[in-house]
This record gives sequence, C-alpha cells and structure tokens, in this order.
Amino acid sequence: LIIWRAICISEAVVSTQSTGDVCGPSLARILGVNGQSVHKSAAGWSPVYTLDDIAVMSIDFLLSSEEDAVIWRGAKKNGMIKDFLSSVDWGELDYLVIDTPPGTSDEHLAIVSLLKQAKITGTVLVTTPQEVSLGDVRKEINFCRKLRLPVIGLVENMARYECPKCRTVSEIFPATSGGAQALADSEGMPLICSIPVCPQVGQSGDNGVEGLDIPTEYGILVEQVIRFCDG
Amino acid sequence: MIEPENVPDSCPGPSSEGAGQMDGCAGCPNKQACSTGQFRTDTSPAEVLASLQCVRNKIVVLSGKGGVGKSTVTAQIARGLAALDLSVGVVDVDVCGPSLARILGVNGQSVHKSAAGWSPVYTLDDIAVMSIDFLLSSEEDAVIWRGAKKNGMIKDFLSSVDWGELDYLVIDTPPGTSDEHLAIVSLLKQAKITGTVLVTTPQEVSLGDVRKEINFCRKLRLPVIGLVENMARYECPKCRTVSEIFPATSGGAQALADSEGMPLICSIPVCPQVGQSGDNGVEGLDIPTEYGILVEQVIRFCDG
Repeated sequence: LIIWRAICISEAVVSTQSTGDVCGPSLARILGVNGQSVHKSAAGWSPVYTLDDIAVMSIDFLLSSEEDAVIWRGAKKNGMIKDFLSSVDWGELDYLVIDTPPGTSDEHLAIVSLLKQAKITGTVLVTTPQEVSLGDVRKEINFCRKLRLPVIGLVENMARYECPKCRTVSEIFPATSGGAQALADSEGMPLICSIPVCPQVGQSGDNGVEGLDIPTEYGILVEQVIRFCDG
Repeated sequence: MIEPENVPDSCPGPSSEGAGQMDGCAGCPNKQACSTGQFRTDTSPAEVLASLQCVRNKIVVLSGKGGVGKSTVTAQIARGLAALDLSVGVVDVDVCGPSLARILGVNGQSVHKSAAGWSPVYTLDDIAVMSIDFLLSSEEDAVIWRGAKKNGMIKDFLSSVDWGELDYLVIDTPPGTSDEHLAIVSLLKQAKITGTVLVTTPQEVSLGDVRKEINFCRKLRLPVIGLVENMARYECPKCRTVSEIFPATSGGAQALADSEGMPLICSIPVCPQVGQSGDNGVEGLDIPTEYGILVEQVIRFCDG
C-alpha cells in the first residue's frame, strides 16, 4: 500500500513548472536534475532523485534534447500525465507535490480526473500582487470550487523588493487592488505568506542548487502545508 | 490531400454536411471514411484568409514561459502602433487567462454579432480588441475548456470578427506550444503570419522554455522578428542603483539571441508604472523607451 498525499500547486502567473506541464517543464532544472534519463522496469518508471532525496518525474527526462519543443495537443498531454501518475515507481512517500502549467485546461482537468479516487489532499494557489494576476487566480479559485478541490491557501510571490544597496523596499508589481490579501479576504481563504522577490532564489533555481538565504516565508508555507495535511 | 476514388454520381461531396451518411452514399467504397470526415477539406484557413484580407500585417506574440509579460508587450506594441496613426487590432487567444482586455482598459464590455460578424471593442486610442473576456458573464468565470473547444473559439476570433481595414493585427497567446499555438498557425496558413515576437525574462528557466518556442517557430517555419527581454533590471527609486532581480545566469536573452542567430530587439527594465497602468487599463506615462524601439522594429520588419 503506497501512502501518499497529493498536493496540487496551481499557478496563475509565472515560475516553476514540472510534472503536469509538458510544454514548459522547469522543475527538473530548478531541482538540479535536468537532462537526466529515466528507465522503465516491471515496477514502472523509476523517478530521478535529487541530492536531497526528492523523487522527480518530468517530461524533461524523456526529451532527447532540452531544446525539443513538446508540441502536443490536449489528448496526448493527458496520456503523459496519466503515465506520470499511474506508472511511476514512487515507493512510499509522505508527500507528492504536483506542479501545473498556468490556466484551467486539459492538464488541470486530467489531474483532477485521474486523482478522483486517490484524492487531492490540498491545493496551493500562487499569485503575484497585481490585478492582472489576481484576475486569473480568481478563475483558478472558481475552478477549484467547481471541482471541489480542497484549498490550503494563497501564496503571494514577488510581493516586494529590497534594494541591496540602500535597503529601500519597493513594490515592483504594485498591488493596485489590494494584492493577494484582499483577494484572500474576499474569497474567505488564508493568505499563507507573501514572499519577496529574491534574486538568489532565481539564481539557485537556474543553477539547480539549494539556495542560501532564501526568504523565511517559504518556511511558513511548508509549515502550513504540513498543518493542513495533518489536520 | 487524399481524394475519394470511385465515387458514385450521387455523391453529396466529401466535405458536405452529411458526407458518408446520405442515401447517395449507399454502396460507395468511401462511405465509412467519409462519415468520419477523412476526406473533409478543412476550409478554416480559407475562411480566415477571406476574413483577414483587409488586415495588412499579422503579428503573433509568443513565449514558452508564463508570466514574462507577453500581454503587456502585446499591449505596448498595439499602443505604440496606434500612436503612429496606424489602424490596429488585437486578439487575445489565451482563453484561460485573458489579461489583454484589462490592460487595454476595455474589460467587462460586451460584443454583439451582426451579419458582418462580431464587432470588436474599441479602446480610447482606437485599438480594436477581441477577447473571451467580452463573452463571459463574470470576470471570475473560469474557462475550463479542452483543446478542441478552445480551437473553435480561436477560429471564430480569426474568421468571424468584423475588423474592417487594419494595418496590424497583433495576436497574444498563452504560454507553451500546444493546441492554441497549433490552431493559430494552422488557421493563418493561407492568410500568413507576418512576424512573431518572442518574449522572455533573463533567467535560464525562462530562456529554456523560449528555446523550445524558437524550436516551434522553426519547425513550423514562422518568421521571427526577434527576441524581447523583459524585466531585465530594476532601478531603485531612492538610490538609483540598478539590480538584476532575475539574474541572467546563462547570459540572458542576448546570449540566447546570439546562439539562435536572431536579433535581441530590446531589453526592457521592470517598470512598476507599466504594471500599474496595465492593472488600471490606462496608457502609462514614463514607460520605458525600449517599447518604442520594439514598435519601430516591428514596423521595419513588416515593411521590409
């Protein structure tokens, strides 16, 4: 019996992409395992393991070159997502975290449908402060409600930037409509944390290494995910 | 295109509505194939060609990556062209995240359909806009459509809108290389895409996806105007120190442009006023001059 909790990370704008995102699979790079290969045995595909023992599955591992565009229509993407969820030898996991592409389309419907019996434990919705992002996240919240997905809460990313020289904090993406806090309040869900722009996070993501000095807000996020899943 | 052979005189035509299912199809060796649409000619590209015959240039804005600023760049291209008294239309093909209507200040408006087709919504600076935003009863409605339905909407946007005469039609796309992108390329097969603009941010996780997008453009032989690097740097409003908030760990867009043999059109800084005016749907003051360079380059490419 494989015990795992599935968490869906649903994005409206930018950043990490992986398992469910076949067109723009960034997660392998961010976790430092891009360009590796997987092999298939009787037990299924074996995931690629990072240095800190995170098991990763991504279409990145199936491409002959990282420059290969994956130009697939919905049905074919769904087939790959099904393979990722049903044919990987994960072993025992406490958490399976599923990254998705932006939007509310084939991939998202595929994941929800495939996990109908296994059950999604929780979803995390990521936004940036500006209204063009919040607008799309409202749709994503709408999507979660329609499909009765449990929502852990909102994460506001790139909320502010501290100048490395004079330490002035600026809003580079102004929260013209009250930012994620206003959205969280109006939707009756928690704003888990509000994360600053941190160039080191971007840099370590590009280099596939664990960042030093990453914002403490990420720690709050992890604690909240655990609390929600244990609750 | 494969044509059916040995068709009886009573054949209704392989592209007709009841192909393979009419009385006249009885006994025809192609009956089965016709009923599954095997011989149906896709008339969509011809319909789009007819609909866009008064549109001089069609520009598609692409990125492999989400959140790099495609819609903002699309809006700035459109505004820049309109400021030069050129007639401009914009289509937002991102049915899940249609930001362009808001950025151009026309969100929440409605469209109506007449015999000539749907009439687009016009901004204050006379840019004609079509977006699924105008068809939703509420902005919070999620559009949870699969590929085929999205493609149908895109076809309507390109073949059933009464654009009138346009110098430029600028098409904004969602991130990726999937249904929507294949639909646009296919639908514009006869009308022809004049040029594409690829948007990225400086970091490798973005460039990686844009390499795939370049690969997509090459495979489908799309003309590329060049790369735009967005959010390249940020100037502190207090001490004027310029920082790289998304470090270009692998040489940024310039290195990518060089390795792919295409121009880097411009490298645009993060500008909070651009974001703010986008949210408010107004024309920004003090927008980066790099957008002007971008507009000039688009015109130069299309005129050349």
